[in-house]
Amino acid sequence: MLKRSKLSAILDHAILILGALFMLVPLLMVLQITTMPDVEVIKHGPSFQIGDQFDDNLKKAMLEASGFSGENTGVNMLKNSFVLGIGFAVGKIVIGMMAAYAIVYFRLKFATLAFWVIFTTLLLPLEVRILPSYEIVQRLGMLNTYQGLIVPLIASATATFFFRQFFRSVPEELIEAARIDGAGPIKFFVDILVPLSQTMIAAMFIIMFVYGWNQYLWPTMITTEEGMFTLVRGIKQITQVMEGNRIPEYGRANVLAIIAIIPPVFVVIFFQSWFVKGLTESDK
Amino acid sequence: MAQVSLNSIRKVYPNGFEAVTPSSFDIKDGEFVVLVGPSGCGKSTLLRMIAGLEDITSGDLHIAGRQVNHVDPADRDIAMVFQNYALYPHMTVRRNIGYGLKNRKTPKAEIDRKVEEAAALLNLSDYLDRKPSQLSGGQRQRVAMGRAIVRDPALFLFDEPLSNLDAKLRNQMRIEIKALQKRLGVTSIYVTHDQVEAMTMADRIVVLNAGRIEQIGTPSEIYHSPASTFVASFMGAPPMNLVQAQFQDGAVRLPCGTAVLDAPTSRRGPITLGIRPEDVRLGQGQTAFDVHLVEELGAHRLLHGQIAGQPFTAHVVKDTIASPGAHVVDLPRAALALFDTQTGARL
Repeated sequence: MLKRSKLSAILDHAILILGALFMLVPLLMVLQITTMPDVEVIKHGPSFQIGDQFDDNLKKAMLEASGFSGENTGVNMLKNSFVLGIGFAVGKIVIGMMAAYAIVYFRLKFATLAFWVIFTTLLLPLEVRILPSYEIVQRLGMLNTYQGLIVPLIASATATFFFRQFFRSVPEELIEAARIDGAGPIKFFVDILVPLSQTMIAAMFIIMFVYGWNQYLWPTMITTEEGMFTLVRGIKQITQVMEGNRIPEYGRANVLAIIAIIPPVFVVIFFQSWFVKGLTESDK
Repeated sequence: MAQVSLNSIRKVYPNGFEAVTPSSFDIKDGEFVVLVGPSGCGKSTLLRMIAGLEDITSGDLHIAGRQVNHVDPADRDIAMVFQNYALYPHMTVRRNIGYGLKNRKTPKAEIDRKVEEAAALLNLSDYLDRKPSQLSGGQRQRVAMGRAIVRDPALFLFDEPLSNLDAKLRNQMRIEIKALQKRLGVTSIYVTHDQVEAMTMADRIVVLNAGRIEQIGTPSEIYHSPASTFVASFMGAPPMNLVQAQFQDGAVRLPCGTAVLDAPTSRRGPITLGIRPEDVRLGQGQTAFDVHLVEELGAHRLLHGQIAGQPFTAHVVKDTIASPGAHVVDLPRAALALFDTQTGARL
């Protein structure tokens, strides 16, 4: 019995360690490359050697521009990515909550129909409507602007759906008590519904921030000025630069890749504690 | 304090279901009125119409002399206590109680003073900074009461406020609510399906059944002279015995032939006899009572069995020894109530 459990413990751990390696090795490879001169990388590919170029690569990545205009430095791209990630998440949450509020709490004639119409837009992601969306943004003169980056993406069926489900679980009596307490629709929304939805908001923020942060196709289409590049699209730009006999700047691109990973990780860690707290402390 | 007057209040839902048939009654200043009935009888709908949470299909509702049919709930000068307390979970007790005042733009200092006052009255002073989730059921109920009294409303509405509490706490809260209401002298309407609550708390009871008012009266009137078989069987635990009988040969006779009451010879046909279990005299008279089960309740016993093939219950004091088997009982004439078998109405 003892032997068998020992064996199974070894097996369990082997599986877990393999899984962990599977997740970690690519990250470690990226980290390793950031420490090497680009020449070494193109000669040998990833290796077990740890070089001394990390500081240089980091400086280059964050402060030196790779393009012509000198505006797409790492710092600038990081800023753009934050604007997109936060704008995207906040916009989706605000619009989703307000749409769900209208659908759930107001006696609209076509509320159910409206909801299902919103819901079916899940079948029409950005990629499907990218040409008309581009044309609209272009005609509105929003190319190369933050609005152009964010606004076409923030109408969200997902957020509307989740908030709708959540609002429907809020007890009817609470609304009635608020009505008798003299809270109008806006007060009820702000004073009661929003605080109650805290945990939902946190969950949505995690998902939407990461989703927005990782947007690639739309920013690639909409931003042609280097000063508007986001990290995810900027990395691609760096490895693409092959003027004459220059070597792609692998070290620099990989530093940016690491930096691009960090904020989503922190958002998940930070909001997760809220999220779990909200799930266990059910006081609705 | 206010006088409430309902005049032919009616509720029809969009699907055509008539939840409340035209109902009228008046409530005096400071009176405690209980609406009681089985679930689905329209008592909550009626209360919600008074609160303004439900539209009134037709009829007139006056509170303190003002017609309020189309007045917003917040402006009706009422406060309501809900079945599930309906406290705002993310607010402290203090903010919960003060929220209504805050929405009415009461100055901060005054809110604080009134909240403290209400909390002291309800023994909640130590809990003001807690969240509702940190309170027991009874305390939450008190917070809900605090939220109601802090506004000094003209009318209190209670929607089955005690049904979520355990039996012991319910008895205690029942007394507390009643005492508080008497002390504040606020006109109150209280909805419950529990006839014990109705009997013990009410100044006047309104018994409802299937959207219709069956009877309005003081607890003692309702108990001693029920207006219909429904009221007779709904109020009282155990309920009034109802036995089918016949007018025959100048008497009201049970199916077994025993005459229990004289009647004009001209009357014929069926009749329903009602008698409270505690009015039955065991061991006297000549009506056969077949006891199947003795329910021991300490202070008294309930004998369940049959008279003339129909279920029957007798209540005896603790000193009376009784066992299952054949007994005789006397049904005193003065205690008998006669009901029309068809309509259920009292004759």
